Amino acid sequence: MRIDYISGNRAIAEAAIASGLKFFAGYPITPSSDIFEYLAEELPRRGGYVIQFEDKLASIYAVIGASWTCSKAMTATSGPGFSLMVEGISIAVMTETPLVIAYIMRAGPATGVPTKTGQYDVFQAEYGFHGGLPIPVFTPSNPQEAYDLTIKAFNTSEILRTPVVLLSDASIANMFGKVLIREAGEIEIIDRRSIEILRKKGCEWSLDDVYEMKCVGDGYDIYVETLTHDEKNIYRPTTDVQRRLMWRLYRKIINNREVLFEYSFHNYGNKRCRNMIITYGSTFSSVSEAVRELNKNGEDFCVFKLKTLYPINEKIFYEKTRDVDKIFVVENNVGLYVKEIRSVVRDKDVISISVIDLEYPDPDEIVERVREWL
Amino acid sequence: MEKRSSQISMARARYKIVVISERCKECGICITVCPVKILEKSSLRNSRGFRYPVASDENRCIGCRLCEYSCPDLAIYIL
Amino acid sequence: MAVAVEHPLDKYVRTEKLPTLWCPGCTIGIVMTSLLRAIDQRIREGLLRRDQITFVGGIGCSARIAMYVRFDSVRTAHGRTIPLATAIKILRPEHKVIVVGGDGDICAIGGNHLLHALRRNMDLMIIIVNNMIYGMTGGQVSPTTPLKLYTTTTPYGNPEKPLNIIRLACSLGANFVARGSATHPHILQQIFYKALGKRGLALIEVLSSCPEIFGRHIGITDPVKSFMTLRDKIKVKSNPSLDESEYDWERGFVIGVYLDKDDPGYIDNLSLLYKSLRGF
Repeated sequence: MRIDYISGNRAIAEAAIASGLKFFAGYPITPSSDIFEYLAEELPRRGGYVIQFEDKLASIYAVIGASWTCSKAMTATSGPGFSLMVEGISIAVMTETPLVIAYIMRAGPATGVPTKTGQYDVFQAEYGFHGGLPIPVFTPSNPQEAYDLTIKAFNTSEILRTPVVLLSDASIANMFGKVLIREAGEIEIIDRRSIEILRKKGCEWSLDDVYEMKCVGDGYDIYVETLTHDEKNIYRPTTDVQRRLMWRLYRKIINNREVLFEYSFHNYGNKRCRNMIITYGSTFSSVSEAVRELNKNGEDFCVFKLKTLYPINEKIFYEKTRDVDKIFVVENNVGLYVKEIRSVVRDKDVISISVIDLEYPDPDEIVERVREWL
Repeated sequence: MEKRSSQISMARARYKIVVISERCKECGICITVCPVKILEKSSLRNSRGFRYPVASDENRCIGCRLCEYSCPDLAIYIL
Repeated sequence: MAVAVEHPLDKYVRTEKLPTLWCPGCTIGIVMTSLLRAIDQRIREGLLRRDQITFVGGIGCSARIAMYVRFDSVRTAHGRTIPLATAIKILRPEHKVIVVGGDGDICAIGGNHLLHALRRNMDLMIIIVNNMIYGMTGGQVSPTTPLKLYTTTTPYGNPEKPLNIIRLACSLGANFVARGSATHPHILQQIFYKALGKRGLALIEVLSSCPEIFGRHIGITDPVKSFMTLRDKIKVKSNPSLDESEYDWERGFVIGVYLDKDDPGYIDNLSLLYKSLRGF
C-alpha cells in the first residue's frame, strides 16, 4: 500500500496493473494516450503485452481476442475512437466477453477540442452499439475514484462476463490528486475462472444468468458464435431463443444493480435537503463550490454524486429524494443524463442545468442558473 | 444426427468406394473428375432428394482418390 | 453391404453440423478438406499438436470453415479476423492460428488489417478463399471481381480493376505467398502443408468456384460446368515469378508458391525485445 500523487489517467493505468491486466491494445487518441504510454512501459515488466494497432477497430477486436484466451484485456479511447469500436463492443456483449474500455471523453462532436473536457457521450457509452442492451458505466470524478472504479470495472467484467466502460474525461485525466494505491494482495480481484467457486460459496453478486467461460487453449475445442444462439451455443433463429437470450443478457446486469450502483451523498450539514443537485464526473468539482454559495442563503442544498450511470438502483433514488422539493441535474452537455433521471424520479420537478464548458464549469454560473428556478 | 447406416460400400474390389449418401448434394464433381469414369448418379435419392453416386464397375477403381479429394462434402472416400 | 466406417477426416469435423450449408458444387468444402488433410499429415508426423490449433473466421461463406472444423474456433465481425487472430497468437504463441475468410472479408473491409499483418510478418496463416464475388449476401462486387462483369451492385459492369493479392503480399514482405485452386486439391494440400510449417505470415489465395452466385453472373450455373470452367483457366507452375501472378479472368491464373522465405516473424521480434524484461 502506498500513497502517490498522480493524474487520473495514471490512476486508471495503475489500477489496471493491480487488477492483473495482461493485454492492452490501443491506438493513440487524445486525451487517453498517456494511459497507453504508461502501460507500454510498465506492463511488459510484469509479463503483459501492450501493442499499438493500425486503428481503433483493430484495437477493440484484438482485446476481444485476447479476452477469449482468458487473459484480462483493456483498451483506452475517446469519443471518435469509441464510435469506431461500437461494433466490436456489440460482439463482446453477445459473446459475453470480459473487457474494460477506458473512455476518456473530450469536447465533441467530431474532432471537437481533443484536449478539453465535456460530458457529451454519456449515452454513447451506455447504449452506443447496436443491439439495445446497455452495459455498466462507471464515472469517477477524481483520481482516487478513477483508481477504485477501475478495479471495480475489472471485477465486474470478469464476474458478469460483460464489457464495462470506465467513463472519465479530459479534466480528470489530467487532474492530479492523492491516490491510495493498494497492491494486488490487499484488494479483492475476481477472475472469471472463479465463477463456479463463488456461486457455490455464495457472494453478493447475482450469478443465475452467468455461465462459466472456457477459452482458447483450454483443450475444449471451443466455438464462439456471434449469431443468436441458445444455451448450447447453436445458432437457432427462433423468437423463443432470441427472447431468452436478450432477457438473460439484460437481467445479468440489472439484477446486480445493488452491487454495481456506486454513489456519494453530501448534505453539507443540512438537516433536511430541500433542494438537491445530481451530478457526476468532473462537474462535481464546480458543483461542490456552487452549493457552498447556495447554502449561504439557507437554500438547504445537498449533492448526490453518481459514480455509476448504469445500472442505477431506484430504491436509493427514492430514499434520497423523498423529502426534496426540487432536483437539479447539472451536466456539461445539452442535458442528456437528466432524461434517465426523469424516468426514475417521476413525482418531482427534475430541472436540467446544462453548463457547457471546455474546462470546469464556472461555479458562479451554476449558482446563477439554479437561482433562476428558486 | 446423420445416418451412418446409409453408407454404401462396393466390396470385392481392390479398392472400396464408400459413399455417405446423406451428405451428398448431387454436385456431380466426383463423377466428372474420375479418370476411369466408373461413377454415375444413382437412381435412388437420399432423404434430401439428391442422387448420390454409385460405382458402375468397382473393380476398375485405381485408387487415385480424386473423387475423395474433390468432394466438398466429405461424402465419398476410398478404403 | 453397408460398412460403418467413418470418413478419415471426421475426427477433425463437427459432424453434428453436417451437411454443410454450402451450395451443391461450392468448392469451399474442397478447401476445407485439403486443409484438414494437410493438418492431419502434420499431426501424424508429430510436427503439430491437435490441441494447439485455432481457427478464426469472420462473416461469409468461406468463414464458415471455422464453424465446421473441430478445433478451437472463433467467429467475429466481418473483416476483423486478423487483429483478433493477432491477439490470440500473441497470448498463445504455441498455437497455430489459421485465419479463413473470403475475398470480401479479408481484402475489402479487412484490407487495412491485411496490409499491416503482411508488413509485420505476423505469425498467422491467412487463407483467402477467392470466389470473386460476395456470395452470402447475393452477388455484390468484390475487390477481386473481374473487370466489366455484371454484379448486383454494378449492373452496368464492374469499372474496377481487380486486386492482385499475390503481388500485394509479396511486395509487403510476407514469408510465404502462394496461390492455389480448389480444382487442384492435391497441389492445394501440398501448399497448405508447407504453409503450416512456416513462421511469419503465410498467405494462400485459393481460387474457388461459386456456381450459384458468381456462376449466375457469368451464365454458368451448373456445378460441374462451373468447376470445369475454373479448372481450365488454371495453369500449374513450380516457382512462378511475380509477373506470372497477373490476375486476369480472361487469361487464366497461375498457381504455385510465389514466395517462400524465412525472415523472423512478429513473435520472434517481440520475444527478443521483451526478453530482457522478464528474463526468459
